Amino acid sequence: MDMLQVSVWRGAASGGYRTYEVPRQDSQSVLDVVTYIQRNIDPTLSYRFACRVGMCGACAMTVNGVARWTCRTHVAKVAKGNAIEIAPLANLPVVKDLVTDMRGFFDKWARALGRFVPSATRKDAFARVASDSPGRVAADAGIECIGCGVCYASCDVVSWNPDYLGPAALNRAWTLVNDVRDGARRERLVAVAGDAGCHACHTHLSCSERCPKSIAPTAAIAGLKRAVALAAWKGEL
Amino acid sequence: MEGGTVSSTGQGFAAEPVAVSNLSAKAEVWLWIAQRASAALLALCVLVHLVTIIYAVRHGLSGAAILERTRGNAAGLAFYVVYVLAIAVHAPIGLRTLCQEWLAWRSASLNWFVAAVAVALFVFGLRAAWAVFA
Amino acid sequence: MRNDYRARNHPAWWAFLLHRLSGLALSVFLPFHFWAIGQALQGEARLDSLLRWTEQPLVKFAEIMLVLLLAAHLTGGLRLLALEFLPWRDWQKGLLAWAVGAALTAGLAFALAL
Repeated sequence: MDMLQVSVWRGAASGGYRTYEVPRQDSQSVLDVVTYIQRNIDPTLSYRFACRVGMCGACAMTVNGVARWTCRTHVAKVAKGNAIEIAPLANLPVVKDLVTDMRGFFDKWARALGRFVPSATRKDAFARVASDSPGRVAADAGIECIGCGVCYASCDVVSWNPDYLGPAALNRAWTLVNDVRDGARRERLVAVAGDAGCHACHTHLSCSERCPKSIAPTAAIAGLKRAVALAAWKGEL
Repeated sequence: MEGGTVSSTGQGFAAEPVAVSNLSAKAEVWLWIAQRASAALLALCVLVHLVTIIYAVRHGLSGAAILERTRGNAAGLAFYVVYVLAIAVHAPIGLRTLCQEWLAWRSASLNWFVAAVAVALFVFGLRAAWAVFA
Repeated sequence: MRNDYRARNHPAWWAFLLHRLSGLALSVFLPFHFWAIGQALQGEARLDSLLRWTEQPLVKFAEIMLVLLLAAHLTGGLRLLALEFLPWRDWQKGLLAWAVGAALTAGLAFALAL
């Protein structure tokens, strides 16, 4: 039986990689590998997961330097020979081992006004929104985001600019800017303007490259750049 | 989460963007607009410049040959003035971003440095344009 | 945790790096360029002697590199303007290839003109 040599980050901000030997199987995800280590070799290993089937995004980690969902990453696809390196997501404080503190990620979501602000009450009629209207198509392209943090971990502007809101928060803001029912368009454009917002994006496209749901935050951010610039030009900011 | 982290403006959400380097977010938006506008203008200028370079290399690169083409050439001077202006806007804004991200230079002094670069490029560029016109 | 080259090893990221470094190189080159041309203020002979200095092979090579960098920065910039202002389509990733091709063409034209 082949044995995988698995290097896993242990510790918090300071720590090191520890190597474990894990039996290699034909059908094996990286999450299977982490689970094997924790259950059979070292119960002190901390990691996050929930659904194990590619729906929740909780198992996102850095595998051989690239942010991925470990439950959806086949060992055969990423192993270099028999070697795998597993680390926590980048750009986030490490709580312990493979677990990161995602509060900053969600705080930025809030700062980008990434939540729906109603403009009607239950007494009003339903909003009628054509599913093929340009705004709705633009919004639909981004609403499947489940906040897994892979794009945020992959973004170098997030690394270089601590205030940068990041691709996920900006993508969410864009879906709401395109939602005709939302009542806070101007406030949201203000929230995402400037070098901490959409204008810091340099179109590295790492977010779009890595998103497990094939969302393109870069496209959303480009849309925000245009919308904010237009608002500034018209003096509406 | 109750008592959440979003600051309240009476309507329960924050609308104060964080500015990265001592400029307001609105100013940063205008810098972005200026960068893209000057980029579009430079696309044309650079295209003309590249064609001129290739023409010049083929038809003589001596001092005499060059000056013969540029001296008294008012259209040429006007072109170079516009070109220099666009560069004086475009390059400093790009350098500013580079300094913020790679040198973690975010204080007000960065804006002064960048402004100085803009003025220097403008002055020396105009001087060069004039030098071959006069 | 910090990202390393493995996270950045994809075409669009290399395009960004080339764009930023070429912009930096051009910004450093420009003051010398303006100074050299400004030497025409001292007369045709002065300009001529400078131009003769540039005929050295090493300088000619540097000039080719500069034209390549300028073409790369231009075409990369046009690609960015397209990505930011035109409706998003998947083919835009292919813009990268066009940008590189155009840059090389410009550089080649310059080199051949020599």
